[in-house]
Amino acid sequence: MKHTQFWDHTILTFGALIMLVPVVYALMTSSHDAVSIYKDGLQLSPGGHFVDTYKQVLTEAGGFTRSVTGLTMLWNSLILGLGFAFGKIIISMLAAYAIVYFRFPFGTFFFWIIFSTLLLPLEVRILPSYEIVQGLGMANTYSGLIIPLIASATGTFYFRQFFKTVPDELVEAARIDGAGPVKFFIDILVPLSRTMIAAIFLIMFVFGWNQYLWPTLITTDESLFTLVRGMKQILQVWIGAQIPDTNQAMALAVLAMLPPVLIVVIFQSWFVKGLVESEK
Amino acid sequence: MKRVQFSHPLMPYMLLLPQLSIVGVFFLWPAAEAIRVSFYLEDPFGFGSTFVGLDNFKDVISASEYSRTAWFTLIFSSAVTFFSLSIALLLAVKADKVIKGASIHRTLLMWVYAIAPPVAGLLGVMLFDQHIGPLNDLAHALGWNMQIGVNYFDTAFAMTVIAVWKQIPINFIFFLSGLQSVPKSVQEAAAVDCRSSLRRFWTVTFPLLAPTSFFLLIINITYALFDTFGIIDLVLKGEPGNNPVTLVYKVFLDGFRGNDLGGSSAQSVILMMLVFALTVVQFRMIERRVHYS
Repeated sequence: MKHTQFWDHTILTFGALIMLVPVVYALMTSSHDAVSIYKDGLQLSPGGHFVDTYKQVLTEAGGFTRSVTGLTMLWNSLILGLGFAFGKIIISMLAAYAIVYFRFPFGTFFFWIIFSTLLLPLEVRILPSYEIVQGLGMANTYSGLIIPLIASATGTFYFRQFFKTVPDELVEAARIDGAGPVKFFIDILVPLSRTMIAAIFLIMFVFGWNQYLWPTLITTDESLFTLVRGMKQILQVWIGAQIPDTNQAMALAVLAMLPPVLIVVIFQSWFVKGLVESEK
Repeated sequence: MKRVQFSHPLMPYMLLLPQLSIVGVFFLWPAAEAIRVSFYLEDPFGFGSTFVGLDNFKDVISASEYSRTAWFTLIFSSAVTFFSLSIALLLAVKADKVIKGASIHRTLLMWVYAIAPPVAGLLGVMLFDQHIGPLNDLAHALGWNMQIGVNYFDTAFAMTVIAVWKQIPINFIFFLSGLQSVPKSVQEAAAVDCRSSLRRFWTVTFPLLAPTSFFLLIINITYALFDTFGIIDLVLKGEPGNNPVTLVYKVFLDGFRGNDLGGSSAQSVILMMLVFALTVVQFRMIERRVHYS
């Protein structure tokens, strides 16, 4: 028994290391200077340039993107993550409320229209999506960046599932007390959904923060670049350089992954629950 | 649906309006547009377009480059799905067994879920770099002269490794939760009947995991087809050359670089049908599972 436990732990530790080591390389390399990385390769031990590197990528416009600082990209990522999460929650809560709590003509039809968005990911309709959004004058704007991403029905799906588990007696009681649909929604349903809202908010924030394809198409103006969107430019400048600033590239990668990783680690159980629930 | 519902002449429509208008403008319209454009030949200088029926589809399918891309996509998706599922299953089985430090193991194995594919792609490019990458040094030590971005196979290998690395955590989460929902009584009964834990796994636990595995199979195929875009884009550094690309990446290349609107749209429509088929299979599975329980 002891013997098998040892192997279980060894395999798990090995797995954990494979997950961890690439990121440790990124973090440690970002604390060295460009020349020593160029000479000695990626680093696994801390160097003395941690503060310098991060100060440089956050505040200096030179380096990678020439016109935009890491701080601006961080800010844009934050706007995309927050805008996407807020927009999605508001819109999908309202829609799910209508679908679950109202009986009305064409209800089922609208339900299917909304859920048809789960069938086709953005990737298979990128070109027309891009042309339409550009035609609406929304290219290189925050709204053009955020709103089209909200079209998918994942949030509505989550809230629909949750609302269905709310006991019917609550609606009955509310109706006996003379509360209308607006009052029921604001005074009963929203407070009841608080944990659910928080969980979906975090899941959506991470999802929005990590978007790549759509931002790549719709933002060509560097001042609107998010960190994740900027990865390719960072790499291209890195390739073109005589002595590439690998430390800066790694620092930006670390910045791009830090907020979502922190959120996922801290709120792990919510994520696991949110993901596994979506299967049902 | 609820037993008790509100009825109001206007309110449900007002509640649905924001979502419906976004879905209409940013989903239905582009999807319809992709289907329409796939039947037209767009003038490259913008002087209108001509209806060409199924010609775009014929051109796409008969192009040797397309079948090469399709084959690569098939092999790549199968490899990513197979390796990320089997590694995750092994880790989940082990994590389900250990008691000491279980939650630490869980955290350490799931957190990479939060990293965006292009960020994983950047890390991969650095680790596989010919000059500074430790993985390249390792390959050299094993006698493999690895050249990412130059050699077709080496590039495909790097893409697969990065894509598998990024996908293990989510599979792990699902497998672990699936394993933890296997009733203790079933496990104990099996342990009485059969001594070999390996055989017990394949004959008792694995069949019980089947619904989770089917679901994950679809999720992984979808991931390999679509979500790997960021990884591929970073590994290729925007210069595909003769390197392997997936079908989705080709839609992007032909549409945005090649300006072949009709061809790109026809490819989009082919992918739409593929996704649609996958979704139908997925719904069938879910329905079947509901009957089980």
